[in-house]
Amino acid sequence: MNELRELYQEYVLDHGKNPRNFRAIEHPTHVGEGYNPLCGDRITLQLVLDGDDIRDMAFQGAGCAISTASASTMTEALIGRSVTEARAMLEEFLQMVKGEGEPDLDALDKLAVFSGVSEFPMRVKCATLAWHTLTAALEGREAVTTE
Amino acid sequence: MSRADFPALDQQVHGEPLVYLDSAATALKPQVVIDAVTNVYARDCANIHRAVHTLSQRATKAFEVSREKTRAFLNAGSTQEIVFTSGTTEAINLVAQAWARPNLREGDRVLISGLEHHSNIVPWQIVCRQTGAELVVVPVTDDGEVPLEDIEAKLDERVKLVAMNHVSNALGTVQDAAGVAKLAHAVGAKVLFDGAQAAPHIPVDVAAIDADFYAFSGHKLYGPTGVGVLYGKKALLEAAEPYQGGGDMIRSVTFAKTTYADLPAYLEAGTPNIAGVIGLGAAIDYVEAKGRAALHEREQELLRYGTEALASIPGVRLIGTAKHKVGVLSFVMDCAHPHDIGTIVDAKGVAIRTGHHCAQPVMERFQIPATARASLGLYNTPEDLDALVRALGEVRRMFG
Repeated sequence: MNELRELYQEYVLDHGKNPRNFRAIEHPTHVGEGYNPLCGDRITLQLVLDGDDIRDMAFQGAGCAISTASASTMTEALIGRSVTEARAMLEEFLQMVKGEGEPDLDALDKLAVFSGVSEFPMRVKCATLAWHTLTAALEGREAVTTE
Repeated sequence: MSRADFPALDQQVHGEPLVYLDSAATALKPQVVIDAVTNVYARDCANIHRAVHTLSQRATKAFEVSREKTRAFLNAGSTQEIVFTSGTTEAINLVAQAWARPNLREGDRVLISGLEHHSNIVPWQIVCRQTGAELVVVPVTDDGEVPLEDIEAKLDERVKLVAMNHVSNALGTVQDAAGVAKLAHAVGAKVLFDGAQAAPHIPVDVAAIDADFYAFSGHKLYGPTGVGVLYGKKALLEAAEPYQGGGDMIRSVTFAKTTYADLPAYLEAGTPNIAGVIGLGAAIDYVEAKGRAALHEREQELLRYGTEALASIPGVRLIGTAKHKVGVLSFVMDCAHPHDIGTIVDAKGVAIRTGHHCAQPVMERFQIPATARASLGLYNTPEDLDALVRALGEVRRMFG
């Protein structure tokens, strides 16, 4: 089945097994907790912001390959960018995985590997958990769920 | 051949023949049940217990015949002890609010097990909050059992109600219901069984168990969704407060005073799920014709086959290895998260459930976020389990 190969690309499997920035930050400026009660995925996201700049971002937790790879890729994509850019990418990412609108795949760069998620409506929440947790961390909300 | 009775099996999913291994979530429906429901809407479409016209008489008769079939199915003493609800969940909530709430006081206890579905946890949390009673939980062993001696250790005169599943939905463990009832009664407690997973798999005899309350759902027994059954001993149901006020549950209404109807109408306010109840009657007929003991025996063979097949896959760990189980195979794989397993086997046409199965405390007990669960219905075959094993091989190829 082609959709399945599209969903579980080598890149996704790799980041699912060997997530990048999977660590604790000693002095984070922002922290978010995410939980997907449907599948039990949990994520703790930590950020170091300097004004509008994202100096560092890391996560910990347990989840499926899609949610782990999504969190891993998100941290790689956003470290060194501004919060404004991050919010814009969040919008593009959500459009892409939900199969809505016309997301800018070039701007999403590596994050475009998750475009196959739109063929699996039950897995959208896995792919978006890290991003919703990012929003919660930026807004200083305690916890977010994708249910 | 049973499979031909189930039209939903005659389809392909992602280009593969459907292999349905999610009957613990809901069972597929045989054509006789679909026909019975259709007939209500197409022909006997009338409200019950009301009009004198012919259609209403036919609908009322079929509805009450279903009640008698349900009574016989449970070996209850009287049809007055059979209350139709929207499902197991409503049946448990009915007992919590109409019987437990007026009977519980501060200092009383409700005893459940660590193996319960959320629908046999949350109603008791609510009623405990309302009454000041305390909810006490009997722990689960590594095999996924709740031994009688552990239940006994938590029982004393403070316990007013023991509420436990007869069969665990998450792990398939069968509880010794008669043993639980005996222990509960010895300290003066009443006992409720959540039989949602028991009714489709093992013969249930509320008289032999000496259950005070017993709940099950139609849709897991090859019947329609939206219909369930509460069995309760007559004296307990009579002593219950009204659950819902409305039509059908009254004898006479004036603004000064309302007198209530006799059981079971007293606890069945409003127009019920008429087609659902009649469909449930057809499902009971279907299962009885197959023979519950024979179905159980066949399923046990299939369970043994599936247990061995899954155990032979490297990296697969079964969660729930009780001595006495029904056809539920809950498992995890070391290489893949259950949610990924579910997506990949679905691509092979195999339908299983993944997640916490509405039993988050069970997942916490085994320190896992979720499991993959294959559950058996009377239409399943060894070939279905072979298809699952092949699909899990695909999971290992991708993630291993």
